[in-house]
Amino acid sequence: MNPALMSRNDLFLLLGFTLVVLAMPIWLAPFGAGYPDLLQRFMIYGIFAVGFNILFGLTGYLSFGHAAFFGVGSYTAVWSLKLLTLDAIPALFFAVIISGLFALVIGFLCLRRSGIYFSILTLAFAQMSYNLAYSVLTPITNGETGLQLTLSDPRVIDAAVGHTFVGQPIPTLLGTPIGGYAGFYFCAGFLIITFFIAQRIAGSPFGMMLKAIKSNQTRMQFTGFNTRPYALSAFVISGMYAGLAGALLAVTDPLAGAERMQWTASGEVVLMTILGGVGTLVGPVIGAWIIKYFENILSALNDNILARFFDFLPDGVDTFFVKVIGKFVGDGWHLTLGLVFVIIVIFLPGGIMEGVRRVAAMFDRSGGKTSTRTQAAE
Amino acid sequence: MTLLKRGLTRRRVMQTGMAGIIGAGVAPIMFTRGAWAQEDFCNNPTGDTVTIGLNLPLTGAYAEEGADEQKAYELAIAHLNGEGDGGLLNVLAPSALKGNGILGKKVGYVSSDSQTKSDVARAGATRMIERDGAIMITGGSSSGEAIAVQGLCQEKGIIFMAGLTHSNDTTGKDKRRYGFRHFFNAYQSGIALGPVLGQEYGADRRAYHLTADYTWGWTQEESIKAATEALGWETVAAVRTPLGSTDYSQYLTPILNSGADVLILNHYGLDMVNSLPQAVQFGLRDRQANGKQFQIVTPLVSELMAKGAGEAMQGVFGTSNWHWNLQDPGSIAFTKSFGAAYGSPPSQAAHTAYVQMLLYADAVERAGTFYPPEVIKALEGHEFDGMGNGKTLYRAEDHQCMKSVLVVQGNEAPTSEFDVLNVVQEVDRETTTYDPSIFGGELGPAEPAPLC
Amino acid sequence: MFEVIFLQFLNGLDKGAAYALIALGLTLVFGTLGVVNFAHGALFMLGAFCAVTVRMFLTMETVTVDPTQLSPWGAPLEIREPLVQAWLGDFGAVLVNYSVPFSILITIPIMLLVGIGLERGIIKHFYKRPHAEQILVTFGLAIVAQEVIKSIFGPNPIPQPMPTDLRGAADIGAWLGMQANVITYPIWRLVYFLFAGVVIGAVFAFLQFTTFGMVVRAGMADRETVGLLGINIDRRFTIMFGLAAVVAGVAGVMYTPLLPPNYHIGMDFLVLSFVVVVVGGMGSLPGAVAAGFLLGILQSFASMNQVKAIFPGIDQIIIYLVAVVILLVRPRGLLGRRGVMEA
Repeated sequence: MNPALMSRNDLFLLLGFTLVVLAMPIWLAPFGAGYPDLLQRFMIYGIFAVGFNILFGLTGYLSFGHAAFFGVGSYTAVWSLKLLTLDAIPALFFAVIISGLFALVIGFLCLRRSGIYFSILTLAFAQMSYNLAYSVLTPITNGETGLQLTLSDPRVIDAAVGHTFVGQPIPTLLGTPIGGYAGFYFCAGFLIITFFIAQRIAGSPFGMMLKAIKSNQTRMQFTGFNTRPYALSAFVISGMYAGLAGALLAVTDPLAGAERMQWTASGEVVLMTILGGVGTLVGPVIGAWIIKYFENILSALNDNILARFFDFLPDGVDTFFVKVIGKFVGDGWHLTLGLVFVIIVIFLPGGIMEGVRRVAAMFDRSGGKTSTRTQAAE
Repeated sequence: MTLLKRGLTRRRVMQTGMAGIIGAGVAPIMFTRGAWAQEDFCNNPTGDTVTIGLNLPLTGAYAEEGADEQKAYELAIAHLNGEGDGGLLNVLAPSALKGNGILGKKVGYVSSDSQTKSDVARAGATRMIERDGAIMITGGSSSGEAIAVQGLCQEKGIIFMAGLTHSNDTTGKDKRRYGFRHFFNAYQSGIALGPVLGQEYGADRRAYHLTADYTWGWTQEESIKAATEALGWETVAAVRTPLGSTDYSQYLTPILNSGADVLILNHYGLDMVNSLPQAVQFGLRDRQANGKQFQIVTPLVSELMAKGAGEAMQGVFGTSNWHWNLQDPGSIAFTKSFGAAYGSPPSQAAHTAYVQMLLYADAVERAGTFYPPEVIKALEGHEFDGMGNGKTLYRAEDHQCMKSVLVVQGNEAPTSEFDVLNVVQEVDRETTTYDPSIFGGELGPAEPAPLC
Repeated sequence: MFEVIFLQFLNGLDKGAAYALIALGLTLVFGTLGVVNFAHGALFMLGAFCAVTVRMFLTMETVTVDPTQLSPWGAPLEIREPLVQAWLGDFGAVLVNYSVPFSILITIPIMLLVGIGLERGIIKHFYKRPHAEQILVTFGLAIVAQEVIKSIFGPNPIPQPMPTDLRGAADIGAWLGMQANVITYPIWRLVYFLFAGVVIGAVFAFLQFTTFGMVVRAGMADRETVGLLGINIDRRFTIMFGLAAVVAGVAGVMYTPLLPPNYHIGMDFLVLSFVVVVVGGMGSLPGAVAAGFLLGILQSFASMNQVKAIFPGIDQIIIYLVAVVILLVRPRGLLGRRGVMEA
């Protein structure tokens, strides 16, 4: 890498991030999270959050409708797998293009307003997309059941080159099935690339312009500067990120359901970004990982497992612990999430990354270089 | 457990890597796979326990059914492990079950809340297969979930024993080799309910459908429409309502003066618990239309829903897969055993869940292995008795159980909060059997894909 | 055809009244405190669960187990005796029958406390912080509130029967001198409609005709000047938050017979109430009411088969469509003041 293109810090960050990501199957295994499906989700929602941060973190526009682009990406990808070929490349390509176009239209309209009105507009568009996908557009989306691959799909390109397979159709990459760890490394590659792009954007003059929009849009406009094209570009880029994430989810697990477009799904990516740290590069990714980890691990703890865990305690005491902790795990994991989230917003508005910085600042009296420290985009 | 997982992982990584090698590299893998096929399959239980994945809606529109299913699974697993009173193990005929687990391995389970959402259900099933090493996935209370999870299981080579799912598509156009359904379906509801409706309400009726807008609703609407139109009824309109709607008033007002005299609610779970009382609040059942008393029909109904709908359910006709008040030895044994454990009678969802668990275990015992293609062979075309639905056949063509179906009616004078449905008629298996080819679909192969 | 349209209009009014009532508290908080409260739906839900709790107390039973007899499912037979009837006789029976309206009396002080506690405890620290952070903290609070309710009452809805006298449908057509049995409408929905009218009227009268209300209105218009005049506007605003919580709570209580409440009921209404508020104009009380009725009526008409035949699926999106059009064409909403949150 040409050092003129990238500062040392950025390069270290990227390398460190790459290492952490690629080594995930190893260091996450002791935490019960080292299985391919969850690792894939870590990557996919990481991309989603990084993209969301390009809009929210840099420009300050809080979109409550990003799940719509995620969903459009998924549907496009599944249709590409159904109609054209089981290969993932065209699926991802079309998903990014279509979701980008969709984001262009929605962004063009929504960015005419700012602040809470912008949020409500994006929310309204996303809910419309969700409701349409859920019922009216059933021929395209298969409604509540979700769109799946079937044996009888046309797959014209595969048919033309005479590709065949046995069993349930599975997406492939140049003939190799994308499942399990192959799927994880496939997604990880995309996360690293998109992370790199986000890093470049944040450091570029374009990124500076976006941050200027966040700090004071009115002043920018008074100086005769039209901010809208910049905000729109950010919106479209983050929509494409969401589309890519949605497509990856559809490629690694070929089903596209309408639920992933619901406004609560949009709320989730907001939570991820805030939890990790808005405006930082790594923060949203960490937020995404934490939420997905909670969702998959905490939610799977049932009273049975807890009882086994607290078995060493005397009778009565252990049932008490199981009862109390049972409220916070299993299907009550949302409670834990809500509490953590409220505490973060109240005491640590900069999210986990701000916490890391504060802790680092406490220990780091010499003011020396800490390569683990992240460069805030703000 | 960790050691085992690591071993699997290494092998899987190698497989994926080697699959990339073109030409000469491929053939040896194919041969070796064939050679160790009997041991080397997804999540082959090697220890002294076997793990089942329960995928249950504990929140969402079908949460109540999910909770009841969970109780039934826990009960079934206890019975399989030789705990409790043995329940239906004693009445299943023929039975290969010994009450010492499955193939001598103790049965354990992991669970996941599917939230009554297909996406979530599928993610939960994936987790249970990949992380927890589940050899079989069962549960689900919505056809959307069942179809989504069934597709996944086919891909992974894991058997899916569907819980409550009533859509024709589950064993019709979306059927899979690895998916099995004990519950009946909308088409059979139509066959069973049609004659009773004709006898009670006459041949000259005008029906208005409100339908939950997803696979189950559509197929039920289609089946009931076909059955009632065969009686000579006319369909005034069929209106779709989104799954999970809460206020149905804007869909109910147009019915009042539409010229219809029967309302058919193709809703289930919370949808029906909301829509049926609201329909009654609108005075539909007090109305006269076309010179006849206005009637409401709920083609698929369960005790849990009837309980939730309360008085509104009284006198309303529907169909059920099973009812705890049946007097055959199997039903009595199950009701006793469930009631003793949980203090309430089991619902039809609990029954189908329990039976599915037993049938899987029995099939594994008969096959003598957990290897899915062998288990599938043992289930396909298997005929058994004693489970409360009379002589039952697991049909090989579409993996649908052929058995008797109940026509039920809301109890006008309930003696307890559980005594909400009366069995009007038990429609036998000969009548409800249909030609599996009418729904199309393809089962796909039994050999598992080289993926896990 | 006339009856069909009339009925649909009536249904629209009924829906509109519910929407207006739910949006009223939200816009009250925004207009006075300038806070975007995503926990408003949770307050509605808490109100509904006040009704559930009251009914649970009223229907408490003593359970005696009779081991000699067995129920058909094999458990020992339980004999249940209602307690309240045993203590209070006929009055107890009436109380149980009218538990939903009765719980309003108990809900009002509870929700007032909840509202004031919430404002003093958390919201007041967020006046100076950006709207985005207000949204986030209240959203988080909403999640916590609904999960707490879920862990106490379970995930399933708990039906609340309406009083026996108010069940069934009223023949409105006959009242208006039309043919009998053509235009009928559920009595409880009419009750809810009247109730919403009374509450909305009371809130308006309170703001219009009391000194307290006058000060609050002055504060809404220009907070700083009112503060300079030596009036403790903060305390009044706290009370306004409490009032908004009460309005949301009683709206929830009265809605329970129409829709059995579960922990999620608030979230279902949240998005809707925001749409109503922005369509009406952020912070405008008359706007919220007008928008509530407008959206209710539009939604009702959009659900007609004749309309859906032309625009399939319009019933699913009409509300959002209206919101988008209004926000793009007239961002301050129907009756919003110029300059408030306009951008």
